[in-house]
Amino acid sequence: MEMKKGHMTHDTRTRDNAALEVSIGKLRLKNPVILASGTAGFGKEIKDLIDINKLGAIVTKTITLNKREGNPPPRIVETPSGLLNSIGLDNDGLKDFCFKKVPHLERLKIPVIVSIAGDSTEEFLKLTRELSKIKCVKALEINLSCPNVIHKGTKCRFLAQDKIAVRKIIKKIRKTTSLTLIAKLSPNVTDIGAIAKEAQKAGSDAISLINTYPGMLVDTDTMKPKLGNITGGLSGPAIKPLALKCVWDVYNTVKIPVIGMGGIMDWRDAIEFILSGASAVQVGTANFINPRAPLEIIKGIKEYLGKRKIKSIKSLVGKLRT
Amino acid sequence: MKQFKAKVISNKKIAKDHYILSFKAAGLRKKVKPGQFFNVKVNNSYKPLLRKPFGAHKITRKGIEILYKVVGEATEILSTKKKGDVLDVLGPLGNGFDFKSTAHSSAKTGTGSPQPVVATLVAGGHGVAPLAALGKELSDAGHKLSVFIGARSKKEVVCEKDFRKIGAKVFVATEDGSKGYKGLVTNLLKNKLRHTTYDIRDTIYACGPNPMLKEVAKLAKRYKIPCQVSLEEYIACGTGTCLGCAVKTRSGYRLVCKDGPVFDAKEIIWR
Repeated sequence: MEMKKGHMTHDTRTRDNAALEVSIGKLRLKNPVILASGTAGFGKEIKDLIDINKLGAIVTKTITLNKREGNPPPRIVETPSGLLNSIGLDNDGLKDFCFKKVPHLERLKIPVIVSIAGDSTEEFLKLTRELSKIKCVKALEINLSCPNVIHKGTKCRFLAQDKIAVRKIIKKIRKTTSLTLIAKLSPNVTDIGAIAKEAQKAGSDAISLINTYPGMLVDTDTMKPKLGNITGGLSGPAIKPLALKCVWDVYNTVKIPVIGMGGIMDWRDAIEFILSGASAVQVGTANFINPRAPLEIIKGIKEYLGKRKIKSIKSLVGKLRT
Repeated sequence: MKQFKAKVISNKKIAKDHYILSFKAAGLRKKVKPGQFFNVKVNNSYKPLLRKPFGAHKITRKGIEILYKVVGEATEILSTKKKGDVLDVLGPLGNGFDFKSTAHSSAKTGTGSPQPVVATLVAGGHGVAPLAALGKELSDAGHKLSVFIGARSKKEVVCEKDFRKIGAKVFVATEDGSKGYKGLVTNLLKNKLRHTTYDIRDTIYACGPNPMLKEVAKLAKRYKIPCQVSLEEYIACGTGTCLGCAVKTRSGYRLVCKDGPVFDAKEIIWR
């Protein structure tokens, strides 16, 4: 009896777990919940607050070839249901990543996705080449959409607004590496589907969206902008409906998996994104407030599937009843 | 650093908009340093969105006291908390004041100087909150204290009695002159530094709005007094992850939540 009982529990568990598995390019994620770039550092920063190994994957803070000191303070302001930030890709560069961040990331049992950004195509390629040599790095998220820095390869405010620049960069990165590539897009474009299509054509394995919405706030007492950089990017619950619409648009345009994000705070939000076409989701701002939010989301998704007797999360993707 | 549920022990109004909330934190007494803070979620919803940072005001066997002023939505909600309510707390966070290196050891061993060391505490507004915890520790270690409290008006002067109780000399400045010196607390400090032979030339510890700290730092530099400032900056995560609370220092940007909130005043490049 005892044996059998144990066996059954084991069986149920594997079945449960299989229900949450998803694939993004070559990545096999045990569940669709990923830590979003810039909200989990390099894992080390949050290791006392959440068991990272229970998640689907982690996307690191964006790294650049050389150290960037970031934007002048104030860098963050709270808005009604939102967080406006202008960090400015503050990071210690590739070398520091290899020596100081990798030793910790290596110990993680989940796929590590490194977010990269460059001032030029050459920088993107150099980062890609170097990161492809690191064993624990399983995928790259190409940050084409940081609203707080300027790129030399385009006349637009950011790369993700320029179809041709997106195509060129992704194509070159694709030729440089066999790692799974995820293009991270900006919502601040006329037709996000068209940009996603270019990224797909150029060889991206998946599309992640959205990055923050450009925004600003003014202090009426001092008549100054509330952010040191004047403008920044808005995240949090305030942008969720806008993000969902972008995910829906892109899902209906491309064939590759979509990773949805923008104001996901709980499992209901996550399910909304999945029904709108996201194969996986990223949790960002919520991590700052409730470091355990991603685990609660996984639990919530599992229960949702269980209650509705849905065998696999995959069968829920894009199943919005329209 | 850890995330925990903390039961509210009490929440008392102590002045017009000021409250002291005490929450249970078993086993934290010896782990919390004056100057460290807690990032508190005031309710179970995401409205308001972010946690709010509060410096430890009193560290007791029962728990931690925080002193706060109602300034917005989150503190408004906090002011309605009653005994038995539960808060989601992250902490202790940050570095805390460094009072054990120079002043503390010389007071303890007494080598050279038989006189106890005099520490100067300068508080602006509710910046007095963490200085009360520091004052208690310094006084327990045998230091003499001079405390400067600045506020807008008499109604907003808090903690004066607490400092007197531990034997501190207290100087009060109000902007409208309704109590003590009329004007900024930094002007009062400047006068004392200029006119008395009274020994306040050991370390200055200051907490308050940034313009006040900038002025205190300037005075400390002029009179060659070591000075530690506890900075205010918008804080989101509180754990050094979001990089939102950067402050410019002589060694580049550093984080108020992780590298601070207490910094050596001469390290800061003031805005």
